[in-house]
Amino acid sequence: MKKYTYTEKKDTRSGFGAGLSELGKSNPNVVALCADLTGSLKMDAFQKAHPERFFQIGIAEANMMGIAAGLTIGGKIPFTGTFANFSTGRVYDQIRQSIAYSGKNVKICASHAGLTLGEDGATHQILEDLGLMKMLPGMVVINPCDYNQTKAATIAIADYEGPVYLRFGRPTIPNFTPADQKFEIGKAVMLNEGTDVTIIATGHLVWKAIEAGEALAAKGISAEIINIHTIKPLDTDAILKSVLKTKCVVTAEEHQMNGGLGDSVAQFLIRNKPTPQEYVAVNDSFGESGTPDQLMTKYGLDTIDIINAAEKVIKRK
Amino acid sequence: MANINELKKLSTQVRRDIVRMVHAVSSGHPGGSLGCVEYLVALYKVVMKNDPSAFTMDGKNEDLFFLSNGHISPVFYSVLARSGYFPVEELKTFRKLNSRLQGHPTTHEGLPGVRIASGSLGQGMSVAIGAALAKKLNNDDRTVYSLHGDGELQEGQIWEAAMYASANKVDNLISTVDYNGRQIDGDVEDVLSLGNLRAKFEAFGWTVLENKNGNDIESVINSFNEAKALLGKGKPIIILMKTEMGMGIDYMMGTHKWHGSAPNDEQLAKALAQLEETEKDY
Repeated sequence: MKKYTYTEKKDTRSGFGAGLSELGKSNPNVVALCADLTGSLKMDAFQKAHPERFFQIGIAEANMMGIAAGLTIGGKIPFTGTFANFSTGRVYDQIRQSIAYSGKNVKICASHAGLTLGEDGATHQILEDLGLMKMLPGMVVINPCDYNQTKAATIAIADYEGPVYLRFGRPTIPNFTPADQKFEIGKAVMLNEGTDVTIIATGHLVWKAIEAGEALAAKGISAEIINIHTIKPLDTDAILKSVLKTKCVVTAEEHQMNGGLGDSVAQFLIRNKPTPQEYVAVNDSFGESGTPDQLMTKYGLDTIDIINAAEKVIKRK
Repeated sequence: MANINELKKLSTQVRRDIVRMVHAVSSGHPGGSLGCVEYLVALYKVVMKNDPSAFTMDGKNEDLFFLSNGHISPVFYSVLARSGYFPVEELKTFRKLNSRLQGHPTTHEGLPGVRIASGSLGQGMSVAIGAALAKKLNNDDRTVYSLHGDGELQEGQIWEAAMYASANKVDNLISTVDYNGRQIDGDVEDVLSLGNLRAKFEAFGWTVLENKNGNDIESVINSFNEAKALLGKGKPIIILMKTEMGMGIDYMMGTHKWHGSAPNDEQLAKALAQLEETEKDY
């Protein structure tokens, strides 16, 4: 098992803030909109440096999505910022009609996704956003794994023409992706080559997949670990190549089992290479208040859950 | 500027287009379309600076129009075609398979003249504000126009947008309400009263103009001129424009019944008998 180290834990939302800040300097067409969560989204630096290109919308997310769509008419590249819950479910029809169907170059940047939002509870812990967004034709869906990757993804999506959903979160987690690693939309990152089981993880579950891989290695199980930061378009070549070798797969995500990364993987495999698969995901349930660690444990999204799923799926081969 | 008689003749032809389009597919929204003919003819033939022969999505240094109440697509398509955005012949494809003239306007099929999809109500004012903000960032001093149904104002997003536009001095925007007093289920007053609409927009910080003759093209042009004189003064502008749903066809007026239903053969003949073919039918 390849050894992964990190010097510090950082939040992915700060990676977004840092990326946006760099874009502010490098791309004069980038504009940012926020619905009263500038501090939470770490958009303060952009706001301070480029006040003329920052739009404080107030608590009016529907209006924010419409204004973002309008700003593209005239060549701007709008980045909207609010919590994932208010970036998707609350404004689904606005995104569907004014952004996705209209083919507008809006970057929907969503923080505090999933259970790791923590104590605020289920009202804010959206676990359906990946599914909602990936169903929209033409929408690119990205869920990077750490600070460095989120920063790189933020910068990369400005150069992509079309609507993008970029999902990140609140907790500090190991920052292990090399700062100079190029972010390629739709291109999986191979973290560890293995032979017994493929573990495909996204977002906060990627580090847990690495921990699981280490534990499995200690038991003599060789896990291939793939970081799928782009849920759509899915890197099906990487997935197919891996399962042809390992013949079983575990998917891991901070999302409902229904409609998330696991379903995208299953949908591809069932048509191309039917493969035993286990899901590490939330099983048709809302979350609740608690610390992020407590919630990840209670809802079955922890390192041990990936280990157990891997051992189970290997037996199904 | 085109002379008033020519504009009136064009308006009659647009009305013919509208009823013929919805009749051909037995679907669509003739009522509101007929009511907004003078508004759109004035906008595209007199008021806006735009180049139909060289449509670009960005529309830099042009005036822009956003139709928020997308269901009145027949009048929008007819006026776009008769302004030169696309061939008038294409009106016959309205609502048919593989057409650029979808039931509600879209950008998806690349129809020149359309810059946003609309139909799900309440979204167009936000989009218009965004486009107006982009113009300011680009130092583009042209104007953004938007049209909204009165029933559409029941959508909450309209008021989010209205609040934003005045708080942020979006003063390169002229919105208009098609104040025909009717929606699908009946009179707006009965479905969900808008109350004192002028007072509402004034309370939201807009400059409010009223036009009680939205089917008189001279009067509509005068309202636009009045509105244009108020641009750049720190406030968004809205025209509350009284129109008659179904205007120009006797049996379609005075009722909400023709909001979203098409005439049959006999009704079409009756309608066309009231509308002279002033330009060639498509």
